[in-house]
Amino acid sequence: MFRDEELKKIKDERELWHEKVVKKAIERFPERKEFKTTYGDEIKRVYTPEDIEDLNYSEDLGFPGQYPFTRGVQPTMYRGRFWTMRQYAGFASAEESNERYKYLLSQGTMGLSVAFDLPTQIGYDSDDEMSEGEVGKVGVAIDSLADMEILFNEIPLDKVSVSMTINSTASVLLSMLIAVAEKQGVSPDKIRGTIQNDILKEYIARGTYVFPPKPSMKIIDDIFEYGSKNLPKFNLISISGYHIREAGANAVQEVAFTLADGIAYVESAIKAGLDPNVFGKNLSFFFNAHNNFIEEIAKFRAARKLWAKIMKERFGVTDKKAMALKFHTQTAGSTLTAQQPQNNIVRVALQALSAVMGGTQSLHTNSFDEALGLPTQKSATIALKTQQIIAYESGVTETIDPFAGSYVVERLTKDIEKKAMEYINKIDEMGGMVKAIEEGYVQKEILNSAYDAQLKIEKNESIIVGVNKFQLEGEEEPSEVLKIKKEVEERQVAKLKKLRETRDNEAVNKALEELKKAALNNENVMPYILNAVKVYATLGEITNLLRDIYGEYNESVLI
Amino acid sequence: MSRRIRVVIGKPGLDGHDRGAKVVSRALRDAGMEVIYTGIRQTPSEIVNTAIQEDADIIGLSILSGAHMKLCEKLLKLLKEKDINIPVFLGGIIPEDDIPVLKEIGIKEVFTPGTSLELINNKVKEIVLGE
Repeated sequence: MFRDEELKKIKDERELWHEKVVKKAIERFPERKEFKTTYGDEIKRVYTPEDIEDLNYSEDLGFPGQYPFTRGVQPTMYRGRFWTMRQYAGFASAEESNERYKYLLSQGTMGLSVAFDLPTQIGYDSDDEMSEGEVGKVGVAIDSLADMEILFNEIPLDKVSVSMTINSTASVLLSMLIAVAEKQGVSPDKIRGTIQNDILKEYIARGTYVFPPKPSMKIIDDIFEYGSKNLPKFNLISISGYHIREAGANAVQEVAFTLADGIAYVESAIKAGLDPNVFGKNLSFFFNAHNNFIEEIAKFRAARKLWAKIMKERFGVTDKKAMALKFHTQTAGSTLTAQQPQNNIVRVALQALSAVMGGTQSLHTNSFDEALGLPTQKSATIALKTQQIIAYESGVTETIDPFAGSYVVERLTKDIEKKAMEYINKIDEMGGMVKAIEEGYVQKEILNSAYDAQLKIEKNESIIVGVNKFQLEGEEEPSEVLKIKKEVEERQVAKLKKLRETRDNEAVNKALEELKKAALNNENVMPYILNAVKVYATLGEITNLLRDIYGEYNESVLI
Repeated sequence: MSRRIRVVIGKPGLDGHDRGAKVVSRALRDAGMEVIYTGIRQTPSEIVNTAIQEDADIIGLSILSGAHMKLCEKLLKLLKEKDINIPVFLGGIIPEDDIPVLKEIGIKEVFTPGTSLELINNKVKEIVLGE
């Protein structure tokens, strides 16, 4: 990038500046603290061309839409069209969530992101003993196709893209989506959207697993195989660093563990006979937009570059589209504070801006009241408007990858890439991600980072406005909090009882029997789950059947 | 008290976000207590049984899913039925309005996001040693 003599001159001048100017300044005004990245590297006082001495423009950056995609996956990025503004929503029953979706669509949301309640995520029906107290709480309760029909009532599935945050039971919910679309007259090849379908991060960070890793990976392969043939516009997995970061990982760990999960999925699918040039196009990623603005921009760029290299060099992928890392971003829920909750609007705006600067394809901004409860309609609207202001008013969308060439951003991009690769190599040496998770290595690394980050807050080395500095005296004005009424669970249980009485139970039993045979014979379970769903077999019935065959996972607990 | 304070940290319900439970466990341990973390998705009765087996001085619960009312009621009822007097504290995303109700039914302390580990350590000691 720079000629040797230029660099030498800059170095001499910088040293002189340090001796003559900086030292004196520090004597008079000592610096506030040590400055570190989230992954522990020193942040320099100032970055210069010396820091990007090793940068090769063509190899390290290239152009948007071209390998290694550091500057973005599309050639024109937001000049052509904005990212999908997607708000994660779902609560109580299908009826109430359907209303919220229609409202969000009327306010300019471009895609739905469906939040399911925990029983749905873990494969329990609403009347299961395990579901008690949890029905409709963190998302919508879906027991059968009947609920899904209500959820998407009057929402055209050929026009609205649907992302579903569902993992261990993704095969069932995806089948329900396909069945609803068919009922709307929309063929599967027309539906657009994403299923999260990332089970490995559930073992690492989020905990809504059901089966052990091996059968879980097999089901994912089944979904890949079925989806590659039937759902060309659908992202069949969203490999999620979001939850890994929420669990306490730093920026490097977020990139490293997410891509290591990605490697495991690609390896598993290749082993199952699938072509990475084909299914590679249906992979998508999901990252967190955390607090450190500059570091975050670098993180997104590093992840994109690293994945392109992995797909090309490790898996021999030749199709450009299968190398490009497309990603959804969510602002960091765990950074939101219950104290002075309106400050969270500002936190979310900054985090969202870093995601846009980092080239995200889809964005979910958190609502300011999420440290208190589920978003109200008002707080969800502010969160959505935040994205619209960034898109339409800030000007940052008018040129692509505006931070490219910034000494610090390019340095951090390279550093994060290198450090993430070191983790990936280590995981390879351990025998791959599944092994590393089973041994608790990944979980332990994340917990160490989480604990260190918390101690920094305790020692006032990290400042959280309103929490350990600038607290408000006296009572704060209470925020309105969305509460899920007790009746939701009762209504859902009653609805389920009625369904069991009115559906064709003979057809249900037959479909479940066929699914059982398929699972035992190691066939692709997707077509059988789809059949069972269509005759209104419940999520719990299907999952319990598979639970009996595959077993349940128990984690080894580490603190 | 001659021996170390024994704490059982439990995560009842189906929610799997256990960063808080783990970080608090580690902080209590670093503050000199013995900590048994049960792992995620435990039923109230499993947590009570662990607390009995481990001879716990205090039980800490972590709940983020909004199911805290039901789960806390169940767990306290179980302790009462077994006539066991182990104090219980709670951490998680707990709406302000619920806190007095939870305290009324017998939860000793409720910690919401942003609470310092130091404060949690001190309160736990205070509750146990004050009992």
